[in-house]
Amino acid sequence: MTEVLDQTPHAPPAPPRSRWHRLILGPGFIRAAWMTALFFGIGFGLVVGLRSLAGYDPALDWLIIVTVAGLITAPLGFLAGLGAFDYWVYYALGYPTRDEDHSGHGARSWKDYFRVNTDHKVIGVQYVVTTIVFFLAGGLMAMIFRAELAKPGMQFLDNQEYNGLISVHAALMIFLFVIPAFAGLANYVIPLMIGAPDMAFPRLNALSFWLLPIAGIIMLSSVAVPGGAFGAGWTGYAPLSVVGTNGNVWFNMGVQWAGASSIMTALNFLVTIITMRAPGMTFWRMPLLVWANFTTSLLVVLATPFVAGSQFFVMFDRLMHTNFFNFHEGGYVLGYQHIFWFYSHPAVYIMMLPGFGIASEVISVFSRKPIFGYRLMALSLCAILVLGFSVWAHHMFVSGMASWLRVPMMVTTLLIAVPTGIKVFSWLATTWEGRIHLETPMLWALGFVSMFVIGGLSGIMLGAVPIDIHVSDTYFVVAHIHYVLLGGSLFTIFAGIYYWLPKMTGRMYNERLGKLHFWLTFIGFNLTFFPMHIIGVQGMPRRVSDYSPQFSTWNMIISISSFFLGVSFVVFLYNAITSWIRGPIAEANPWHAMTLEWQVSSPPPIFNFDEIPQIVGGPYEYGVPGARHAVFNGAREESLEEARSP
Amino acid sequence: MRKGAIVRLVVIALLAAAAATAVAIFVPWLPPVRSKEAERIDFVFWVVVGICIAVFAVVAAVTIYSVMTFRARPDDDADGPPIHGHTGLEITWTAIPAVLVTIIAVLSAVALAENGDLKSNRLQVDVTARQFAWSFKYPQYGNFETTELRLEEGRQVELNLRALDVIHSFWVPEFRQKQDAVPGITTHLPITPTKVGTDTLICTELCGLGHALMRAKVIVMRPADFQQWARAQQQKGAQASAG
Repeated sequence: MTEVLDQTPHAPPAPPRSRWHRLILGPGFIRAAWMTALFFGIGFGLVVGLRSLAGYDPALDWLIIVTVAGLITAPLGFLAGLGAFDYWVYYALGYPTRDEDHSGHGARSWKDYFRVNTDHKVIGVQYVVTTIVFFLAGGLMAMIFRAELAKPGMQFLDNQEYNGLISVHAALMIFLFVIPAFAGLANYVIPLMIGAPDMAFPRLNALSFWLLPIAGIIMLSSVAVPGGAFGAGWTGYAPLSVVGTNGNVWFNMGVQWAGASSIMTALNFLVTIITMRAPGMTFWRMPLLVWANFTTSLLVVLATPFVAGSQFFVMFDRLMHTNFFNFHEGGYVLGYQHIFWFYSHPAVYIMMLPGFGIASEVISVFSRKPIFGYRLMALSLCAILVLGFSVWAHHMFVSGMASWLRVPMMVTTLLIAVPTGIKVFSWLATTWEGRIHLETPMLWALGFVSMFVIGGLSGIMLGAVPIDIHVSDTYFVVAHIHYVLLGGSLFTIFAGIYYWLPKMTGRMYNERLGKLHFWLTFIGFNLTFFPMHIIGVQGMPRRVSDYSPQFSTWNMIISISSFFLGVSFVVFLYNAITSWIRGPIAEANPWHAMTLEWQVSSPPPIFNFDEIPQIVGGPYEYGVPGARHAVFNGAREESLEEARSP
Repeated sequence: MRKGAIVRLVVIALLAAAAATAVAIFVPWLPPVRSKEAERIDFVFWVVVGICIAVFAVVAAVTIYSVMTFRARPDDDADGPPIHGHTGLEITWTAIPAVLVTIIAVLSAVALAENGDLKSNRLQVDVTARQFAWSFKYPQYGNFETTELRLEEGRQVELNLRALDVIHSFWVPEFRQKQDAVPGITTHLPITPTKVGTDTLICTELCGLGHALMRAKVIVMRPADFQQWARAQQQKGAQASAG
């Protein structure tokens, strides 16, 4: 019996086969190509077969075929071909699984970034690069519709193209940029920060990355759907999303793939953070980024299934003639908004808490001071986590929901200002009396604090029901979300990229270009989005392709500034690419930081730590004489003696 | 605290507050006020703007002061003082925002309740929204139908909103009040127009291809003019149905 148990998972590898055999049947893009086609065929067969058996006419319904075969089974075939399921399938079917020789771990050449790789460091880089590609796509879409909006009247887009562009822009930025960019940075950094060799489930981690390009390609390809892209906004309110163009199905399914990716990663983070911390790292010794991702992952795991449900309902209403939101048959139109926002409000914190974590790391290191009020900082993350679930209906103050719900939801919404305020004031107190080094990551972090305060204050205004009634669904809301998601999330993502770029690539970026990038973005951002507050309050609704001439001056200013903002990104791309290829070699710890990821080489060894670190103190003990966050095995005895001697 | 720190902080804060106040005052923000509800909403708006300017000034002052005063030379490798926290300060900046948001919540709840208060002599108008047009019926005047909304100065109107296809939203910026029209249910919105004039009703919920152009004229009339117009419409409607 024991013999069998031992043999199944660790049987000797199968004898080597011919080169052609491996090329076609081995995991990789060639197998992915034919398996995608094969699985498309299976989906096609299923739909057509079942429809003819049931006697439905026509059996060849292309919308259903493309939905099932193109958006569900073909991507599964792609993943299987790439090798994302190999181990599990062998194991489940009782075949001998491949011996774990770690050949799918780490990157030796650029090609290793295009494989199902189980190394969290490779996956982190895959995430960040992929999300930047989608950020670029979403940004270019914004340039196009800002060009259209430069003047009142229609210039070169029609209404369907316009609605499609704004919807795809927002969906890409939210589901394919902000959320996964944070997941990517955390993927790289969290195991290092807690002293773990990898994530808890490396194969799951690889799978959750490869779901992302699928989600992104589905959302982008909705532009090519006959009738046009999904055009009901990223919120996809029913019934417009049910009766609108078929492109809406691409949004419904894109959200499923991105959401599944998000949930898998969050589960992985939770298990990793709970079970894989280095000896001595108690919860109160975790860096705040780890706290931030812990709370974020709880939000993701609890809330994301709701958005998945809401999108399935919409899709079923269209394709299967269910009546979730069909008011003619007793459907409950407002139900969509309740379910959608029960996810999408917590999603706002999914898009912000990791940024809080990054800001805490950067501000403490570049002020050379311990983070002010560490425990209260961690507890306020927990407070936001809990309160975040009790405020969803503040998106619905004018929706026609039960009117008694407005005041309680306003109170909980405004209360979130308290833990958020604690964080802002604690960051400021951290800089006080510090030795501030204004390197690029610090500029982004301080830029984040100031811009996020503006976004938070406009959030207070939106939280107050009477004001919200006036500015709801106007450009004021557009201004607010861009101050929190661009001034908040994007600024901290850039802070994180510049901060960890030396660790990830082993090379330093160009400091002057980094600062230039910051200032161009900071100025362009404010010129683009601040005036939106004004035109919103004055009376310009959001999501309109045409507007009253009274707003034309501001819109021209906004459009010109947005191109300026777009150009600033070129500086980043140039800096990142040239630094990665031929920047100066980075030291292990260029910022003199205490957290664990800086105590190993840049880039870190393949399993992160050659010795298991022992955590002996807090992560931000700057200026405390003799304080250590971690010691490595060899050094342990010595430092304990040092601590005892005086 | 360094010598003079408080004075400098206060000066920077006042400058930041002055700049923000100038933006608040010299940029025309809110549209003209043409309803009682708008007066209450504007009051809450300006109180909250005042609080926001104060908070912004404090944050801006500390950020700017910190960066100017505590900036290290590039070759300075020293750490700052190991300050881990300060319980008094932490309690203060938990308590003050809590008080401020309580004030905002109370003011808002009062304004909301007052704006929702229905008068017994109110005019009833049934509003129907469809892709991409508005229509209005006056049940108290024989249920005639129009495509522009006419209201009586000084008399509260209760709009009963219905949507025939997708969600639309009723908004007249000069009245401030807004309410979605949702298929399957009837929603309600009270407005008390205070000034004679013509404004534009705007759809503010993305409703499809014609969303940007889904507008209607809103005309507020003197009570005598309104009565005369409504009776005339009522008669016209009665003749039409009789004929």
